[in-house]
Amino acid sequence: MNNTKNVMIIGVGGQGSLLASKLLGRLLLTKGYDIKVSEVHGMSQRGGSVVTYVRFGDKVYSPIIDRGEADFIISFELLEAARYTEYLKAGGRIITNTQEINPMPVITGAASYPESLDTKMEAAGINIDAFDALSLAEEAGNAKAVNLVLMGRLSNYFDFTDDEWMNAIEQSVPAKFLELNKKAFLLGREA
Amino acid sequence: MKKLMLGNEAVARGLYEAGCSFVSSYPGTPSTEITEAVAKYNEVYAEWAPNEKVALESAFGASLAGKRSFCGMKHVGLNVAADPLFTISYTGVNGGLIIAVADDAGMHSSQNEQDSRHYAKASKIPMLEPSDSAEAIEFTKKAYEISEKFDTPVLLKMCTRVSHSQSIVEESERVESVKEYVKDGAKYIMMPGNAKRRHPVVEARAEALTAFAENDSVNRIEAGESREMGFVTSSTSYQYVKEVFGDKYPVLKLGMIWPMPVEKIRNFAETVNKVVVVEELDGFIEEHCRSIGVDVIGKELFSNIGELSQNLVAEKLGVETACGNKISDTIPPRPPVMCAGCPHRGLFYTLAKNKITVMGDIGCYTLGAVAPLGAIDSVICMGASVSGVHGFNKANGGATDGKTVAVIGDSTFMHSGITGLVNIAYNNSNSTVIIVDNSITGMTGHQQNPTTGMNLKGDPASKIDLESLCRAVGINRVRVVDPYDLKQCDAVIKEELAFDEPSVIISRRPCALLKYVKHNAPLKVDSDKCKSCKMCMKIGCPAISMTDGKAKIDATLCTGCGVCGQLCKFDALN
Repeated sequence: MNNTKNVMIIGVGGQGSLLASKLLGRLLLTKGYDIKVSEVHGMSQRGGSVVTYVRFGDKVYSPIIDRGEADFIISFELLEAARYTEYLKAGGRIITNTQEINPMPVITGAASYPESLDTKMEAAGINIDAFDALSLAEEAGNAKAVNLVLMGRLSNYFDFTDDEWMNAIEQSVPAKFLELNKKAFLLGREA
Repeated sequence: MKKLMLGNEAVARGLYEAGCSFVSSYPGTPSTEITEAVAKYNEVYAEWAPNEKVALESAFGASLAGKRSFCGMKHVGLNVAADPLFTISYTGVNGGLIIAVADDAGMHSSQNEQDSRHYAKASKIPMLEPSDSAEAIEFTKKAYEISEKFDTPVLLKMCTRVSHSQSIVEESERVESVKEYVKDGAKYIMMPGNAKRRHPVVEARAEALTAFAENDSVNRIEAGESREMGFVTSSTSYQYVKEVFGDKYPVLKLGMIWPMPVEKIRNFAETVNKVVVVEELDGFIEEHCRSIGVDVIGKELFSNIGELSQNLVAEKLGVETACGNKISDTIPPRPPVMCAGCPHRGLFYTLAKNKITVMGDIGCYTLGAVAPLGAIDSVICMGASVSGVHGFNKANGGATDGKTVAVIGDSTFMHSGITGLVNIAYNNSNSTVIIVDNSITGMTGHQQNPTTGMNLKGDPASKIDLESLCRAVGINRVRVVDPYDLKQCDAVIKEELAFDEPSVIISRRPCALLKYVKHNAPLKVDSDKCKSCKMCMKIGCPAISMTDGKAKIDATLCTGCGVCGQLCKFDALN
């Protein structure tokens, strides 16, 4: 029986979603899982929609997550969460920052940013955990710590100890930002 | 110790462990990180070359000197390096030589979707194809063994999903490898008399390599529970097949994609009711199977366009897949855009405003093509803007000289724009070339190049002076503008287009993402002064939006470049 767990991390190029996958990868490695983490580099990093796949279990083959497969979708931005709901498996959960960042077609007026996306997703029967991660990151000391706030929230759904998470954070962020990131993680966890 | 490693980092680790001591590459997504990672090992000399042809010829020189050498590139880079490739196949090697080529099925960051496996067959050079990071290390080391045993360069074929996926590897120690150089003109001087004697050697080598492919563990058969069907597959396609079917059906996994075995495939086909070939892009394995009389199912099921995935494999073979719910709203797309503060923006705005025909090129500035700027007319390949503007203007008999330009980046100009400029000067073309010099190779993630004054290892290096270079090839009119200064840009472009002589305009301002670039304070909107005219929206800056009918600036994105402020007729942006 395939016990692979799938976590998609999505955001807007430049938001720092690669750090979240790095942290998760480090943690899972210490737990003895087989792991694949798939990133996309290049053009989409210039403000485009960026997707990272994290998969772990006894034996992981494909590096990507397909429609209907994600146990968790971690989203840095609300529109991006709505873009990828088809990737969620039955019983899966979206954890999303409620921040809205207008894509260029919205900025130019060629398209509009749909309203109340979080309530619409909920109404469509999607398990969604939407909260203002940006404010918590700012409270921790830096708007760029949204990734750690989201990881903190995700940690509520995993059976890993605080020590295991903190060790992974220590390995993934520069020493001078360690306290800030730990604080962001805890704020996300308790939110 | 177990480690998580990107496929590209794993190739670098394999190079290090195999005793590679010379690396020359040109950056290109998805291949770039191989060379960046290998540069961190002190035992390996590593450099960015101006283009892939120079990189491969340099790597060949290092091989001739007896060192294990390497050269990495993206799929379209191999087109540039194809000239030496086909003849290095004839000479063979002294120290082992590996050429990594990374394909981009799905075109995440590329201008075409070519299948590089055809190069292996056409140049008669063996090609290995790893399917994860552990194999990337293993196959890199095996590639050197094959290279030296069979006296051949070896192609290592990567793809986006193998290059940019992390999986678990174990590291080993480095083993040094050096051979002596002995002069051997009959082998290394490829003039007709010698080359005629080398061609039969190449053909015999292909036969020997086929025998190797029959027996070596690089091509392996994995048993299955059912004989109803069997798969022949490789690379990331292998992972999708295993993801869907696990150990249900037998799989012949090809690690060496050229030359392919014959008897091994025939024997495998005998053991199953039907053979399904799963491969991305062209039916390369499929054609081989048919040519040796093995009937297979392949491209009638799986498209030769775009990437595969586990769901695609499942659906085509009758396995049910799931799909999550979605909301009924249309989700607007989020295409990549020029960053806030990008120096290219002001230049493209000026070109669009003046309705100038723009031959574009490859780099971040290709994004000048997208709305609302929409300032570019064509993009083909590295350097094509400079050659293209010359052809466009000559064909029009001078009628378009005053309203057409080429736009090319600093790194791309050094890669293959300079030869086009030589052509402009030599053939007396009244064309204008704009070099957008942002002092870095931007799109691939900030690599140094001959115009930046730094090398791959981060040490100071000789810095090409673009103005002198352009004058030296015969361009007398060379101007420099600051793309943040719209008036200056507008005036200089108009002057140079009007002048009856070829010219180069260097639009110079470092990439806003470079760490050493200091940003100004973000601009603020004076809502009372804002007349909602939307002039500031015409530059497509992601930091500016209209909220409640007034312009709004996102202070976390704005770098204070001031380009939008120059457009505001009501002085509302300061």
